[in-house]
Amino acid sequence: MSATVSTKLERERPPALTVGPAAWLRSNLFNNWWSTAVTLALGYLLVRWVVGFVDWGILHAVWSVPSKGPGIADTSACQAAKGIGACWAIINDKWRFIIFGRYTFDDQWRPAISIVLFVGLYVVSAMRRFWRWELGLIWLVTLTIIFVLMWGGVLGMEYVPQDQWGGLPITFILSTFGLAAAFPLAILVALGRRSTQLPAVRVLCVVYVELVRGVPLISFLFMASTLFPLFMPVGFNPDKLLRAQIAVILFAAAYLAEIVRGGLQALPKGQYEAADSLGLSYWHKMGFIILPQALRLVIPPLVNTFIGFFKDTSLVLIIGIYDLLSAGKIALGEPAWQPYGTEIYLVVGGIYFVCCYTMSRYSRGLEVEFNRSIRR
Amino acid sequence: MSDTQPAIVLDKVNKWYGPMHVLRDVTTTVGQKEKVVVCGPSGSGKSTLIRCINRLETHQQGRIIVDGTELTDDLRALDTIRRDVGMVFQSFNLFPHLTILENCTLAPIWVRKMPKDEAEALAMDLLTRVKIPEQAKKYPGQLSGGQQQRVAIARALCMKPKIMLFDEPTSALDPEMIKEVLDTMIGLAEEGMTMVCVTHEMGFARQVADRVIFMDRGEIVESGSPHEMFESPQTDRLKLFLSQILRGH
Ligand SMILES: Nc1ncnc2c1ncn2[C@@H]1O[C@H](COP(=O)(O)OP(=O)(O)O)[C@@H](O)[C@H]1O
Ligand SMILES: [Mg+2]
Repeated sequence: MSATVSTKLERERPPALTVGPAAWLRSNLFNNWWSTAVTLALGYLLVRWVVGFVDWGILHAVWSVPSKGPGIADTSACQAAKGIGACWAIINDKWRFIIFGRYTFDDQWRPAISIVLFVGLYVVSAMRRFWRWELGLIWLVTLTIIFVLMWGGVLGMEYVPQDQWGGLPITFILSTFGLAAAFPLAILVALGRRSTQLPAVRVLCVVYVELVRGVPLISFLFMASTLFPLFMPVGFNPDKLLRAQIAVILFAAAYLAEIVRGGLQALPKGQYEAADSLGLSYWHKMGFIILPQALRLVIPPLVNTFIGFFKDTSLVLIIGIYDLLSAGKIALGEPAWQPYGTEIYLVVGGIYFVCCYTMSRYSRGLEVEFNRSIRR
Repeated sequence: MSDTQPAIVLDKVNKWYGPMHVLRDVTTTVGQKEKVVVCGPSGSGKSTLIRCINRLETHQQGRIIVDGTELTDDLRALDTIRRDVGMVFQSFNLFPHLTILENCTLAPIWVRKMPKDEAEALAMDLLTRVKIPEQAKKYPGQLSGGQQQRVAIARALCMKPKIMLFDEPTSALDPEMIKEVLDTMIGLAEEGMTMVCVTHEMGFARQVADRVIFMDRGEIVESGSPHEMFESPQTDRLKLFLSQILRGH
């Protein structure tokens, strides 16, 4: 009697070896001799690498060094540990320069607050409940405050010319303004490229996109820094950062426009016709019906391009603007610190990674949320 | 715009797609409150014809006059006509990212400049008339085909159109949902709406239509009352067509 009951119970559960972590391991990592071999080999490499890194980066690392005099570090401890332990002392010594640029110690709170404001702006913009027209106002106010802080010259803050700026605020400025301005421009270009009513506008948009896509960003930046001033009226000479910014905007807009166009094309014709048949004007049709759907369709490639451009802003280093990466490079210019590029680039790379990975996770979440609410 | 003026006048309308002649000298007049059913084999130009009436397609020759306004390249005339002519599509074409209520209120608010609460009251009124007020907060994707098509009718009616165009409104529906949509259309006809319907629902045509137009290869081959058309077709083409759809049903 009890024996029959127990078999019945067992039947109701799946066989023991098809669920649970053991089964997952078996089916994914050890399901035949050759996957077992690969798993073991990779596992071995992983363990060696982690052990090696902990050994180098933590156990044998040099965290700080004494100074030989004002502004000169005594790096003999690092030299002794070369090849055995990391020299985090360089980060300790240079992080303010890498993050804040050339602001004096007493003024570094200004770029610091700017960074915090940027991050706050991103967080607020990421939350759907703030997606209202007031968000535009928040952007305007926040960005104004950031520029006042960076420039100074008012409210008792000392004036800091733009070529003294550097580090993370530059990266944030270039990418935030770049994408914030490029995105609306891209939408206009994409719409213009599909315009049937205005052939001249269409040709203009096609030429713009094809020209920009046919030229590398680097040469675009060079042109912005050398050619651009030649075309400008005498006396009007926008600073280097602004010129680089315009180059980034024009460049990003061409790429984003192609992505938006893809979204516009993917929408069924019936959506356009339904909007037309209701008598909606062109801009109402685009703003309420077409773009909201088209942009949702292209969130993944859009974010992919955003991430690409966030990183590509580091190319401004070739025209002498000190963004995060170039600031790191300059920090390495000091003779005493020259051999410790690995440490600097690990940290700078880590900052880029955190930003890009956040964007990527956010876009995944957004896609899921939109798919849930539409459910076609 | 007196009541004696015809709602729609088509005068020798011609249209080509490249070399293909899809409308040939189409001439007919739809009176105020008249209900016209257009039928004909697939590809005969029925959709093209009614889409020319609200200028989703442009004709290349002839004249189309809707409610006293001639359709030309003049954009202001087009605005007036689109406002006064509602259209229901075979594939519903609801806006999937908006709720049912938003689907209905968008055009009244932005085209008719109606205050939001007034537009919502009107939309709820019409959703009640098509018997789905309880779905107002849902998204189109959560509704059945028949429900979506009734929302599409309500959405068009929210613009208070004088003329309604239907392009095979029941062809994309499962059989059990056809009746609910046809009942809605019959109700609308009884209220005196001017209607042009492309449909093969012969029962609907018999019950509602003042006139049936039979099209083939871009031209109007025969037209008359449903009784004349179905009981004593004059042309071989109509006889053939009727035998085919009777076999099909
Ligand atoms: N956008 C278009 N481009 C080219 N040919 C078209 C287009 N739309 C319709 N046609 C052609 O015009 C003819 C009439 O089409 P349509 O009006 O849709 O017929 P129906 O609605 O009676 O089935 C068909 O031969 C169709 O292939
Ligand atoms: Mg058709």
